[in-house]
Amino acid sequence: MLQGIIPMDGLDDILTKYYQTDGSIVSILQDMEGRYGYIPEEAVAWVSEKTGLSASRFYGVATFYGQFHLVKPGKNVVKVCRGTACHVKGSEKISDDIRTLLKVGVGETTPDGNFTVEHVACVGACARAPIFIVGKDVYGKITPQKAKKTLEKYMGGEGNGKG
Amino acid sequence: MEKAKTEIIVGMGTCGITAGASDIYALAAEQAKAKGLSVKLSSTSCIGMCHSEVLVDVVTEGYARVTYGNVTTATMEEIIDSHVSGNVPVLKYTIAQMPSYGKTYDDIPVFEQLPYMNKQERVVLSNCGFIDPLSIENYISHGGYEALKKVIAAADPKAAIEIIKASGLRGRGGAGFPTGLKWEFCNKAQSDVKYIICNADEGDPGAFMDRSVLEGDPHAIIEGMLIAGYCIGASYGYVYCRAEYPLAISNLKVAISQAHEMGFLGDNVLNSGFKFNIKIKEGAGAFVCGEETALIASIEGLRGMPRAKPPFPAQKGLWGKPTVINNVETLANIPRIIVKGAEWFSAFGTEKSKGTKVFALAGKINRGGLIEIPMGITLREIIYDIGGGIPNDRAFKAVQTGGPSGGCLTAAMLDTPVDYENIAKAGSIVGSGGMIVMDEDDCMVNIARYFLEFTQSESCGKCTPCRIGTKRLYEILHRITEGKGRKGDLELLDELSEDIRAASLCGLGQTAPNPILSTLKNFRDEYAAHIEEKRCPAAVCKPLITFTIIEKSCTGCMACSRACPVNAITGEKKKPHFLAQELCIKCGSCFDVCKFKAVLKK
Repeated sequence: MLQGIIPMDGLDDILTKYYQTDGSIVSILQDMEGRYGYIPEEAVAWVSEKTGLSASRFYGVATFYGQFHLVKPGKNVVKVCRGTACHVKGSEKISDDIRTLLKVGVGETTPDGNFTVEHVACVGACARAPIFIVGKDVYGKITPQKAKKTLEKYMGGEGNGKG
Repeated sequence: MEKAKTEIIVGMGTCGITAGASDIYALAAEQAKAKGLSVKLSSTSCIGMCHSEVLVDVVTEGYARVTYGNVTTATMEEIIDSHVSGNVPVLKYTIAQMPSYGKTYDDIPVFEQLPYMNKQERVVLSNCGFIDPLSIENYISHGGYEALKKVIAAADPKAAIEIIKASGLRGRGGAGFPTGLKWEFCNKAQSDVKYIICNADEGDPGAFMDRSVLEGDPHAIIEGMLIAGYCIGASYGYVYCRAEYPLAISNLKVAISQAHEMGFLGDNVLNSGFKFNIKIKEGAGAFVCGEETALIASIEGLRGMPRAKPPFPAQKGLWGKPTVINNVETLANIPRIIVKGAEWFSAFGTEKSKGTKVFALAGKINRGGLIEIPMGITLREIIYDIGGGIPNDRAFKAVQTGGPSGGCLTAAMLDTPVDYENIAKAGSIVGSGGMIVMDEDDCMVNIARYFLEFTQSESCGKCTPCRIGTKRLYEILHRITEGKGRKGDLELLDELSEDIRAASLCGLGQTAPNPILSTLKNFRDEYAAHIEEKRCPAAVCKPLITFTIIEKSCTGCMACSRACPVNAITGEKKKPHFLAQELCIKCGSCFDVCKFKAVLKK
């Protein structure tokens, strides 16, 4: 029926897992996010058709919570912690500097699809502030210089020579 | 196999891992094997000394447990060669020793007598950093599940509720409602199904108490929930935990399955006929879900929007059934109170604020980390005695408590006793326990703007005064930090803040203006400098500061010109450089890299 570019074969087990479980919209979306890295429109349409819940209900929940992405993020998601301790230790400048380096805004992805820069409210490692995360690697007590150097590791040798 | 004579314990909480604990653990394992040492390698969670991570402890049988701080792979090798192989501690890296384990060594301070520790009173944190959170046997050998057995054996939920009431325990999530009373309401509610929810949606930026307890002592939360469930008559529990805490969630999952295997959880808890199961619900990233009714909506799979109270969750909560929602720290107190008694607990603290409170001490502080103090000691004792004061010889300016719902307290308020009443009287709240120290380099207008940027984006949108009002507050503050402040702005902030406070439904809106109100009251001059003189006294607000190169001090090392992202700095090698103001984006990179103090920020 649906012949999108998204493989739907995995969605069946997500549905089975939550079938007849109350309050499963958030959980279904979380599993989708885990599988695809974002919430693909086709996937919502498919689940909506199967469950009989309107797609707008999924959309309403997905846009409410910070965890969900509606667009596919880049290969490396860079998260700058913007908690209070990180803020007083200069995380705003870290975000500014790496976004100047990568030429993107908050929530945006570089044209080559390698990096997406996000802000995160607090990861709870405040005594090691400021915190900066690339993918699953967490770096503490970071400086703008160290942050830029760290990013080069994920650039696959395509550093721009500055910074 | 022969029992290992020496144990190496690596601190593998989030703080430790952030500092590189995984590499240290791997190195220790590899070295022990390569050198053929009989060593037991284990991990523990955060002991609270986050400022000295990576922490590694070494225990030689019959001797004191020795804690090493700031361990790197190089120091780990030295420790293995000297202490692990030959029982000679490497003094220069030691922080403390614990004589309760055995014979002491010379010249190592005693753990409990460290300035960081000697004013602390560890009740909630008693296991954190000592037990292996992934071992239920370890928890049991430290007295775990004794409280549950006691409560079930007595078979009198009302008596157990009386103990909690008598202890004076108040909710540690922020509101400070008496826990025993909450349980009593729910116990009295008539219903076939009831729920207990553990609120682990620690949303305050700058707070990590709940994360550390979940990571370090997950069974204490399970036991607390079991006792709460038994007392109110609930058979189901939910832990609503932030998705940003992956280690906490995974440790809790392991603990839940262990508790099932041992018969503490399941359809017949300890063969008593009491049925209790726990499910974990991961939060999806919304600050407002820390509010009880929003949290309930979120578990029900809806947008997390608060609703009007009453009815309170204790009467009508999850799926319309009576529900008790307790915070992580509150629940972690329960087993200890049951075992040691209400009187023991209420001996700590002040008249109206009983017990201890865990704080996450961070910001501009020498010894940041997780601390637990008896209610009533002063802010000064926390910041100077425990925290060791402000780094880099800077002057203390303010301490922010209570996160986005709290306020900034000044140097004149440092002798305020830390309890619910006195902190409120000083103009802030205890809140969930975040405590961020700020020095003279922090701009209070910027801090207020920072918090409002957060709350306006986290407002759920239900109440107009909160949805639109916080946005307007943010815009005004932003304008002031940009040097575009106008006459009358401060009065406007005051007025709007009062309106939002009065007309919002939930705690988020009601407290969102607090960071403004407290800074307006305590640092009004700083606001005035921004508006009237277009000056940021702390030199933080970019549009109000300039960077210049001091010709006399510049050595021409070129570090600044290389660091400048917009090529605004020119000059030849070994000759003074020049910064073109029209190109400068005020990023401060030159200031950060200059080793000769030749860049002036004003």
